[in-house]
Amino acid sequence: MNIFVCVKQVPDTETKVQPSADGTFIETSSIKWIMNPYDEFAVEQALLVKADNPGATVTVVRVGGVKDTEALRTALAMGADDAILVEAEDNLDSYSIAKALKGAIEKSGKQPDVIFAGKQGIDDDCLQVPQVLAQMMDLPSVSVIVGYEKSGDKLSVKREVEGGALEVYEVSTPCVLATNKGINTPRYASLPGIMKAKRKPMQQLSLADVGVSADDRRVKYSDFQLPPEKPAGKKFDATDEAKQHEVVAEVVKLLREEAKVI
Amino acid sequence: MSKVLVFSEVSKDKIKPVTLEILGKLQGQEVEVAVIGDLGDDQVKVLGEYGAKQVHKLKGSNLDKYSPEGYTNALKGFIQSGGYDYVFAGATALGKDMVPRLATAFEAGLASDVVNFLFEGDSFKGTRPLFAGKCLAKVEIQGPKPHFITIRPNALGMPETPAGGSAQASEAAVDAGNIRAIVKEIVASASEKVDLTEANIIISGGRAMKNSENFKILHECAEVIGATVGASRAAVDSGYASPDMQVGQTGKTVSPSLYIACGISGAIQHLAGMRTSKVIVAINTDPDAPIFTKADYGIVGDLFQIVPILTEEFKKILG
Repeated sequence: MNIFVCVKQVPDTETKVQPSADGTFIETSSIKWIMNPYDEFAVEQALLVKADNPGATVTVVRVGGVKDTEALRTALAMGADDAILVEAEDNLDSYSIAKALKGAIEKSGKQPDVIFAGKQGIDDDCLQVPQVLAQMMDLPSVSVIVGYEKSGDKLSVKREVEGGALEVYEVSTPCVLATNKGINTPRYASLPGIMKAKRKPMQQLSLADVGVSADDRRVKYSDFQLPPEKPAGKKFDATDEAKQHEVVAEVVKLLREEAKVI
Repeated sequence: MSKVLVFSEVSKDKIKPVTLEILGKLQGQEVEVAVIGDLGDDQVKVLGEYGAKQVHKLKGSNLDKYSPEGYTNALKGFIQSGGYDYVFAGATALGKDMVPRLATAFEAGLASDVVNFLFEGDSFKGTRPLFAGKCLAKVEIQGPKPHFITIRPNALGMPETPAGGSAQASEAAVDAGNIRAIVKEIVASASEKVDLTEANIIISGGRAMKNSENFKILHECAEVIGATVGASRAAVDSGYASPDMQVGQTGKTVSPSLYIACGISGAIQHLAGMRTSKVIVAINTDPDAPIFTKADYGIVGDLFQIVPILTEEFKKILG
């Protein structure tokens, strides 16, 4: 069984984002890179499936900048078997990334049984790559999954939709599954795991190697800027119990008469 | 003028409100709407009033339930025959899942989760948040047409006055093709609440809620004002609230009219997910909590004392 996991490397969630001087992306020089949090669930799910299928292998694939390879090293340390890194700029669009992932998976020579990915990258927040990849590879896809089970020769997966309702899918393999928080609890890389990861194979490819060129870009960004700051609001002290009713009544009145939202 | 198709999801016989937001912003373009399945005359009338010239009801077998492949195949066939320049849809759970596949079926680009846009001549120019709203960027689409756009619910706002036209309704036969991921069952959520991403009012709890039982006071308040209850990452990771309730960079990005943050200090990743809320109320014991820098109305105090009073006051004015 060949399991693939697509991972992205993104700025840590605590990062204060600053637009780059030319406005074409953000300032990346002093960023701490991490594995995209939703991809941790994808790696964990792949490892759980591997544990149930003796002989299965987990290959992690990433498209992006190579200054840091934290995301792939983390996946290998968690227990993935090998990695493929396609070197590209960090602000590639979803279509190009998906096409590069497809190229890299095909180039591996292994027929995928399941391809896992996080449901969204927390950098560009597009929620596109897993579905685009599935369409390009002519595979079924289910996104935002919070449950995974084997069901005969098919899979039963739960997809979260509005309000926490669930769609239960029966899906045939090979397929692309995009994981959401809640599907599992990702393991931490152990110290021996981290040591072992250093000796695991990581193949490095260029975009040209996987058949992607500048013509594949579909979405172009410009003029990155910080959102406008709100003017300072009104702050009320309600630590004194005697004043609480008065303060809350005042805020409710403002919500109705000034803000007009109630 | 561009020829534009707006795909509208139908839920409980009603079009989603985001469809009307999109139509309002598309005034001046040649706009048609497509739905899958049936749509009542009253809904067709509303779409007409908001500027749709034509409403296409797409019908075929295996389309009674949503499936990514079935909807993609059905819409692909219909769009091909229509010669559209742009296809819009709401960035709902369905839209986010399906439109990337649909755009790729045309080898075309998709600008997702757009919060504002205009047309310069025939060119689409959008704005979308990145990094959960920590920054904004202009977005354009290049390559083969049609170009696809999904719009975040509650971002454009409802047009103040509908353009006031009428729409022709027609039916078209479509083919769902081969479906390999099939919905076998839909498990309704325990609450029948509006999803966080579409909610008009949200009341959220943080680590200071201390346990899951205490969320009861937020639910009581939510009941009175028609709000959906959310939570911070700290509350979810501590097991006080379920993951689908999480607001923030690793949860849901929301933009309700009113966001009430209770016992949430305001980590960068939480602020990113709710900063575009129109009005923010924060309740926290720490007067220096970062959440107060984003709040329109801040109340320094203990949420366990303040929230019940708030519920009481809301009851008074809402009868």
